[in-house]
Amino acid sequence: MTKGKSVLIVGAGHNGLICGTYLARAGHKVTMLEARDTVGGGIAMRQFSDGFSVPALAQMHHPLHAKIVSELKLASPSPTPAPMETISLSPTGAHVTLGAEQVSGRELNEKDRAAYSEFMKEYASYAKALGALYLNTPPRLKDFDLADARTLTKLGLKLRFGLGRKDMREFLRVGGMNIYDILNEVFNSEPLKGALAVQAVLGNHVGPRTPTTALNYLYSRHQELNGAPVLVSGTAGSLETAAAAAGVDIKTNAAVKKIKVENGRATGVELASGEHIKADLVVSNADAKTTFLDLVGASELDAMFVHRISKTRTYGDVSKIHIALKAPPVFAGLETADLRHRLLIAPSMRYVERAFNPSKYGEYSEDPVLDISIPSMNDPSLAPQGHHVMCINVSYTPYRLKAGWEQNRDALYQTVIDTLSAYAPGIADRIEDHEILTPVDIEREYGVTGGHWHHGEMSIDQGFMMRPVHGTAQYQTPVEGLFLCGAAAHPGGGITGLPGRNAARRILAKGGV
Amino acid sequence: MMHDFTQVLEPSPFHERVIDRVLTQNWAEWNGYQTPRVADTVASEYFAVRSSCSVMDLTPMEKYRITGPDATTFLNRMVTRDISKLKPGRVMYVVWCDDRGKVIDDGTVFHLRPGDYRLCAQHHQLDWLLLSSIGFDVTIEKETADVAALSVQGPTAYSVLVAAGVKGLETLKPFGILETQLAGFDLTISRTGFTGDLGYELWTDPQNALAMWDAIFAINERGLYDVRLIGLDALEMVRIEAGFIMPGWDFNTAESVVRAEHDRSPFELGLGWIVKFDKPHFTGKKALIAESKRPAKRRLLKLSLEGNKVPSGSFLFDRKDGKNIGSVVAHMWSPILKTALAYGDVELNKGQLPASIWAEIYYQKELKWRLAWARCKIHDEPFWKHARRAATPPNPN
Repeated sequence: MTKGKSVLIVGAGHNGLICGTYLARAGHKVTMLEARDTVGGGIAMRQFSDGFSVPALAQMHHPLHAKIVSELKLASPSPTPAPMETISLSPTGAHVTLGAEQVSGRELNEKDRAAYSEFMKEYASYAKALGALYLNTPPRLKDFDLADARTLTKLGLKLRFGLGRKDMREFLRVGGMNIYDILNEVFNSEPLKGALAVQAVLGNHVGPRTPTTALNYLYSRHQELNGAPVLVSGTAGSLETAAAAAGVDIKTNAAVKKIKVENGRATGVELASGEHIKADLVVSNADAKTTFLDLVGASELDAMFVHRISKTRTYGDVSKIHIALKAPPVFAGLETADLRHRLLIAPSMRYVERAFNPSKYGEYSEDPVLDISIPSMNDPSLAPQGHHVMCINVSYTPYRLKAGWEQNRDALYQTVIDTLSAYAPGIADRIEDHEILTPVDIEREYGVTGGHWHHGEMSIDQGFMMRPVHGTAQYQTPVEGLFLCGAAAHPGGGITGLPGRNAARRILAKGGV
Repeated sequence: MMHDFTQVLEPSPFHERVIDRVLTQNWAEWNGYQTPRVADTVASEYFAVRSSCSVMDLTPMEKYRITGPDATTFLNRMVTRDISKLKPGRVMYVVWCDDRGKVIDDGTVFHLRPGDYRLCAQHHQLDWLLLSSIGFDVTIEKETADVAALSVQGPTAYSVLVAAGVKGLETLKPFGILETQLAGFDLTISRTGFTGDLGYELWTDPQNALAMWDAIFAINERGLYDVRLIGLDALEMVRIEAGFIMPGWDFNTAESVVRAEHDRSPFELGLGWIVKFDKPHFTGKKALIAESKRPAKRRLLKLSLEGNKVPSGSFLFDRKDGKNIGSVVAHMWSPILKTALAYGDVELNKGQLPASIWAEIYYQKELKWRLAWARCKIHDEPFWKHARRAATPPNPN
């Protein structure tokens, strides 16, 4: 694409920032339009109570891909004071701590310990092989071009020669499996299996026994290849700094109302304020339904395309609860120092699957899966001296709650506190304040359809060349000059920055102008 | 109400009158209705259309009512023509395509009152209409059974209707709509039809159906004009003469086709004249713009043939014993034009029409099969086009 094109980026989430920075560094005039008053979207910080802040939606993340860090000259992410691990809580106090390579726990047998190291290594190699796919535009199956052939060849070579024959066969065996069967083949410990299973289902409307959850697990593991979790609080800032340094003009409080289309070509946007901004290209970091159905509008698109977009599965399942604590909580069987780790209440895979079941019918379980972190343990600046903030991802709280969220928000909170109290007795007495973000609240506050973490289910029928739907999978859309750069595009959700980077590379290569 | 499982086909609101006139008992199914294929003889029915006055029960035709604030933009996004140019009281012939620019069906849009439309279609379209309505504030209702319709066509159609008591018909232009009364009930008359001749379509509430029928056939009883019920076979003849195509017969519709490239775009059907790119977006526009920039691959051609053989199921060649370039999808012997007519689905060479087309015709003479070759002539215009179709007021016959 020839330099000097004007580009509007709708939404300054991390993918929008990354995409915009790449485009600005390539010599284009990039303006970011963000509806909220801060950039970063789900990784921005959020003050929910006087003096108490938390990372907005992503409570932890692994470093962005090293290529993005070096290509955009990002400031190194702030590491946590010590590597953050995951502690799977057991009702008996026999907790299991999952590290990058080792697992520990007082009731773990030798076989599980040895198997864990093997398993982590093996699945890291699969995740690495899939990296060839994640880091590139997904190949089309129809109208295949040279670049598509290259991507597929690269993937094939990585799978065959990167893994070796035996591992490749094993990968092909497990790739389409559910995580439940895989983990049962390998491990005995229930809290260990529960924690690994959560990694394969978190953020999606799937249970451990849902087919192809192995791929979700690998997607998550691919992010781990970049290193131990880092403090979320530094990420948005470093992306904003890099964007500004590249000359990106960032406008906050600038909600986009419409993407203007003339003769099948995106020509700019109309803001909620009524202001019109013209541009050569428009790049949307919003999810596919928001982009196409709300911002572009059905009248500018073909009927079947609109139908397929409208049928994508985008109902979020995760609520977020933020708690302000007077003092560090006390968990049975944990030292205060352990509280800097991620704590999971997923004591067995059956527990997780059973928590999933009611969500299929518009209800939530009385025994929810809780993904807990206490960010102030790693970053004391988030709460007043001696006080703490706790973030909880509550899984399987469906967007479409049959009984309605308005009437049940507090009931969910009580369920979570009751569940938590079984592991951290007396925690209720330490709570100063709290807030609840149900999927409905996340949708409203962060402009994500269905409040879905990943801008749509991460599943094989909505992944790769089918993300968000086939026919618009290569960051391009049916509207000339309109591109997708967010989690609705390949490879999808999580804090990876890959959709933003891949989209920028696609735009620079294909121009679209 | 219990469903009567012995009643496989639905009777139309005219059924008790129709049944008296279907002497052949030669019935067909049309959109679930019991419809005559032939009432008496095909020849007498054909000549009723071309020489006097024919009546056909149109009730089975799929009819949809489209209303609501976005009715106009919704329809305009669906069809390839510019619906915003369709004034209230007017009718427009339209086609609509899928995302790939392949034709799903054709039909007519009636702009009954501002923002209130009726869409008549060959095939069931409710699912496509509903699918297309995502993002539009419209109400779509199937009203096939709620409107009784008769097609009155032929040189004396005007005179018959005037004699029956219809007022205001003299100023009704082709594709116009008239709201009027007959024998004390309301009816809508459009100057439309599928015959290429002078003709009207009458629309009313089913409770008025028999009264409407009786008012028209009374002209016959009184000995003023010959008025004849016709069936699907005669219609098939006159519609070919008139140059109309039948989705699902002359080409595979986009939603029914199984094999790649077996569906057809409007350009390939010779309907490029109703594809408008200077209008807002419509489904398939992008694909059709791309197609319009490439040399056309094939075209449905109107062909007349030398000789007296009808090219039933014939292959088409670029010369006698030459290269196969297509096949015949509809054929007839035209009694009024005294020639064989056909629609040929023909491959083009780099977008160019073939210099000559020959049909390979197999025919029987006293059970012996023979082969004849007939040179085909391409027609751009309908085979049958009569000045009376468009004359306003029509010359009384």
